[in-house]
Amino acid sequence: MAEVTMRVWRGDANGGDFENYTVTQNEGEVVLDVIHRIQATEAPDLACRWNCKAGKCGSCAAEVNGKPRLMCMTRMDQLPEGPVTVTPMKTFPIIRDLVTDVSFNYAQAEKVPALLPPPMPAEGYRMFQEDVQRGQEFRKCIECFMCQDVCHVIRDHEDNKQHYAGPRFFIRYAELEMHPLDTNDRRDLIREDMGLGYCNITKCCTEVCPEHIKITDNAIIPLKERVVDAHYDPVAWLGRKIRRKTKRSAADAAVQPAP
Amino acid sequence: MTYEHHDYDVLIIGAGGAGLRAAIEAKQRGLKVGIVTKSLLGKAHTVMAEGGMAAAMGNVYPEDNWQVHFRDTMRGGKYLNNYRMAELHAKEAPDRVLELEQWGALFDRTKDGKILQRDFGGHRYARLAHVGDRTGLELIRTLQQKVVSMGTDVFMECKILKLVHDANGKVAGCVAYRRPTGEFITFGAKAIILATGGAGKSWKFTSNSWEGTGDGHAMALWAGAKLIDMECIQFHPTGMVWPLSVRGLLVTEGVRGDGGVLRNSEGERFMFKYVAPMFRAETAESEEEADKWYDDHTAGRRPPELLPRDEVARAINAEVKAGRGSPHGGVFLDIATRRTPEFIRRRLPSMYHQFMELAGVDITTEAMEIGPTCHYIMGGVQVEADSTATSVPGLFAAGEVAGGMHGANRLGGNSLSDLIVFGKRAGAGAAEYVAAGDVAGPMDPAAIEAAIAESLAPFEREVGENPYDIQRDLQEMMQANVGIIRTQSELEEAARQLESFTERVKNIKVKGGRAYNPGWNLATDLPAMITVCKTVTIGATLRKESRGGHTREDYPTADAHLGTFNFAHTTDGGNWDSAIVTEESPILTLPDELKALLEEAK
Repeated sequence: MAEVTMRVWRGDANGGDFENYTVTQNEGEVVLDVIHRIQATEAPDLACRWNCKAGKCGSCAAEVNGKPRLMCMTRMDQLPEGPVTVTPMKTFPIIRDLVTDVSFNYAQAEKVPALLPPPMPAEGYRMFQEDVQRGQEFRKCIECFMCQDVCHVIRDHEDNKQHYAGPRFFIRYAELEMHPLDTNDRRDLIREDMGLGYCNITKCCTEVCPEHIKITDNAIIPLKERVVDAHYDPVAWLGRKIRRKTKRSAADAAVQPAP
Repeated sequence: MTYEHHDYDVLIIGAGGAGLRAAIEAKQRGLKVGIVTKSLLGKAHTVMAEGGMAAAMGNVYPEDNWQVHFRDTMRGGKYLNNYRMAELHAKEAPDRVLELEQWGALFDRTKDGKILQRDFGGHRYARLAHVGDRTGLELIRTLQQKVVSMGTDVFMECKILKLVHDANGKVAGCVAYRRPTGEFITFGAKAIILATGGAGKSWKFTSNSWEGTGDGHAMALWAGAKLIDMECIQFHPTGMVWPLSVRGLLVTEGVRGDGGVLRNSEGERFMFKYVAPMFRAETAESEEEADKWYDDHTAGRRPPELLPRDEVARAINAEVKAGRGSPHGGVFLDIATRRTPEFIRRRLPSMYHQFMELAGVDITTEAMEIGPTCHYIMGGVQVEADSTATSVPGLFAAGEVAGGMHGANRLGGNSLSDLIVFGKRAGAGAAEYVAAGDVAGPMDPAAIEAAIAESLAPFEREVGENPYDIQRDLQEMMQANVGIIRTQSELEEAARQLESFTERVKNIKVKGGRAYNPGWNLATDLPAMITVCKTVTIGATLRKESRGGHTREDYPTADAHLGTFNFAHTTDGGNWDSAIVTEESPILTLPDELKALLEEAK
């Protein structure tokens, strides 16, 4: 079987460098198989995250030849000839080797005001397929965070992490905004605190999404329209003032009792 | 030594469906709840579940009800089940599914706007609530988002090494380490819920991720709880077989539920030859009859492809052995000739994706090559059905780590519903235990130090073995000797080899530091893997019959007497290399009204 040189970034927050490993590459293998072979033989302490090895959990995101990829879904035989470079995701702080600290994303998740549905009728809610379809597209997200990694708003500007939720959370907000049962209004929050306006629609996120979610076209653009309509439409503005509909926090939404 | 320490009313180990559902329940009852997971939140093995969750809601077939679901579950389990668990599960699953929609889940819909339900093996009616073929993702994300919105403490990438008792033998907490830093951490808890999932990573061809090392099974055993039915391992009939690097990867049963059929190398739809007597009355005898059933369940009987998983896996095994297998040692799963490409892409998007990207196979035009893969362990910690309490005060277990619910074989779709039914019950059971007030005192400090010293020993050896070599050999050994078809001589060989694996684990050498070191993490997994493999092998040796997920070549039929009890294991000493003691534990007697339900079906 063919041999291949893997240039793998090794190190931690204090710095590091590439290390070269020459390994066998078998038919049908993906990048993660080759990383596992390095672990099992030469470098048992080579840190990488993975779980399902089937493109369903989103744990093994890294940058292969400089592009965000799921290592478990990237076939070795489809990469160009020559050495293969594997580096950790650039946007997040390094823990070790290929493992990054993705806690930024978990902190963003905590800020999302939860779904606030009306009380459930005894026999359950009625929703139609055409009503749930849009949300279902966004719920395909496996949280690999490659859209966050590639988004230049935070990839190139660390400071923006303070006031920018990123594409993964824009699809989450879009999902909730389009959810047939939701009564929460998050539009001011999205505009003021989540930094939707920073996105200038370069579609980098859509390109890397392993679930082929049309992040820009189906989530971000419609969300921008909704937020802008709400903000500049004087009737809607007046309505908001009169109804005094305030942003509900995640904690408020959480007190919904279970049936 | 002092370590980072946290105290909780209820500590939950594992953040899959059962652990998260338990957390929601305990939290709603006002308790201080902590969740510990060895991965990131939302990555647990639940995410891999594809086809759906079984609940007799009757949205597609109004004649469905809990009694039929109960009957199907018991028959699928070959009557080795804890009947009370099967009863609670069948009764409560519909409510547990419905409440997920309050928390944001979006299931596929029927024409009149209800939750759509699909057919699966062993279920008389279309019963699986689903979202395409990514139902597990929907479940875990829904529960994860609910847990986060409630403000629950989650310790991610934190691996529990051992449960620790107080001076009186009550479980009082546990000792763990944080994977990113390698620093130790201890948790004191009034009650602990094990929700650690399965143990399939000890087999070579498996659908399980690296996490399926049986930590919870082993820790419960070491802590004094009983493990039952460990010999009952489910080999899912349809795992990928090619390319080799993805061998074992799951292909959802939904393919067959949606019309896919199994063929051998001669193109024969062979399942008609393998219908066991107990399923003959309800299974179609011809392709024509079977095909009518998909559109109308009253127009024909069920296709044999939808027999329970143990039956289908054995049939595939027999076809391959008879020389009628596919080029890479499986058989063919064909949906391409039976459904339109649009239908396949809409109903089975991840399968389409998975085969296209990993195998270069377009399942809308070609057949898939598939074969059995280690998938699920029916065996687990013996629990009291209503509360999920184990025999150790303060210790609870729910989900795959618990035993009894599925008997000798689990029906597809009954796992996700098991997680939410018994996850909620575990949260409630633990909360009631805490409220009763008779909880544990402080952890025994000597036990903490001993567990830490044991975990660090592999760093201190001058020479020793690479843990990856031991794991690979263990997987090959278990696949060869304790696989889908078992026999006395191979089981005896496995028992002998497990003794030598025990010695090898004591001689592991770990390279590098403690921060995010996967070699070290594997070294801490191996004692649990060996413990679990020993109980599986002992159970398989003693159960001299074939029943559900346990098939003996030398005892090919079921034995009525062996069907009256579970084999229950405990340890003598509580260490990972302590001797295992096995006894017969009689199965619960069914009340007359439930017995009548089963009699009707016979």
